[in-house]
Amino acid sequence: MTGDLYPSRSGQLGHRQESTNLADILERVLDKGIVIAGDIRINLLDIELLTIKIRLLVASVDKAREIGIDWWEHDPSLSSGRSDLAVENQKLRERIGELEASNGDRARSPDGAQARRGEVRTDNAARDE
Amino acid sequence: MNDHSVYLYAIGDAALADSDALAYSTGVEAGPLRTIVEGPLAAVVASVDRNQFSEQSLHAHLEDLEWVEKLARTHHEVVDRIAQNHSIAPVRMATVYLTDDGIRELLQSRCSELAATLDRVRGRSEWGVKGYAAPVDEASTPERDASSSDTPGTSYLMRRRAQRDRSAHRRERLATVAEKLHEEFAALAVDSRVYPPQDPRLTGRRDEMVLNAAYLVDEAGAALLARLVDAAPEELQLELTGPWAPYSFTNLEAT
Repeated sequence: MTGDLYPSRSGQLGHRQESTNLADILERVLDKGIVIAGDIRINLLDIELLTIKIRLLVASVDKAREIGIDWWEHDPSLSSGRSDLAVENQKLRERIGELEASNGDRARSPDGAQARRGEVRTDNAARDE
Repeated sequence: MNDHSVYLYAIGDAALADSDALAYSTGVEAGPLRTIVEGPLAAVVASVDRNQFSEQSLHAHLEDLEWVEKLARTHHEVVDRIAQNHSIAPVRMATVYLTDDGIRELLQSRCSELAATLDRVRGRSEWGVKGYAAPVDEASTPERDASSSDTPGTSYLMRRRAQRDRSAHRRERLATVAEKLHEEFAALAVDSRVYPPQDPRLTGRRDEMVLNAAYLVDEAGAALLARLVDAAPEELQLELTGPWAPYSFTNLEAT
């Protein structure tokens, strides 16, 4: 079934390229079409698609996988990649510590030292994204 | 009848009343579909349990993702099946009236608007095109240049920065490609809409979405669109879905 979730482009004209991807369906039925306030008032806009998905993920990993949501498997911060990152991070921190220690006497200018640290922090922030 | 409310799926021509399409589908709660005809228009509806579809229960149900998925899929299937043979305007999910009369009144009071909307989509269908920036081959990132620096920390940072610059540049370029393609697609469509890209976590794909658009086309337009999508450059992965009922092209102002 997973093969159908993300129909790839196809040159077969007139052939239905149906999307059974829940995200695609929700994008349309929740957001579009004729919007009429019926007698029962509910605000669908309160429901963010992303919230739905994340809660779906929490509810059932198997279910999520079934409908094609498996991004966490590729996200290094959420899967096995994590330990490697932590080790690498630790090594970098140690290395920075050494560099700063050996620089401490030579670099009297606080600006220089700050620039170095700033650079490192920026990169850490980017990695955590 | 008092313990039922009326769930509205779509609005179409009065001829829908005689359609076989309704007989083969069931609505939410597996109830039979029926039509409410008023003048030139028909509404496709099903009776639903009033308690299940009260404001209070709906709020609670919409927190239940299995329930939401089931409703979304049923709503979509009903709309989709009818749209294969009829021009219809889908109504947003979970639109509920207390009585048939409420829907009759809607068909009456907004008759010309609804009829004009139906005319606009008649004989046409909606196709969705999503474009993804194809993932960069990780192996193609350049090896560490030993001569650039002898401190591993600095060269690591420089490599990271170069990598970031490259991917930002590439994203920008692909966004431009996507924009040009959209213009080509839109030129052969009766109407088009561009939507914000879906979050990568929602699409379940790592590659970034750079185009999320819908096109209203007739049959010939659909064939041309498929051809153009096929001819698009490989670095932009295009995904064509459809035909959809014209969800994106039946907006009415809310009252």
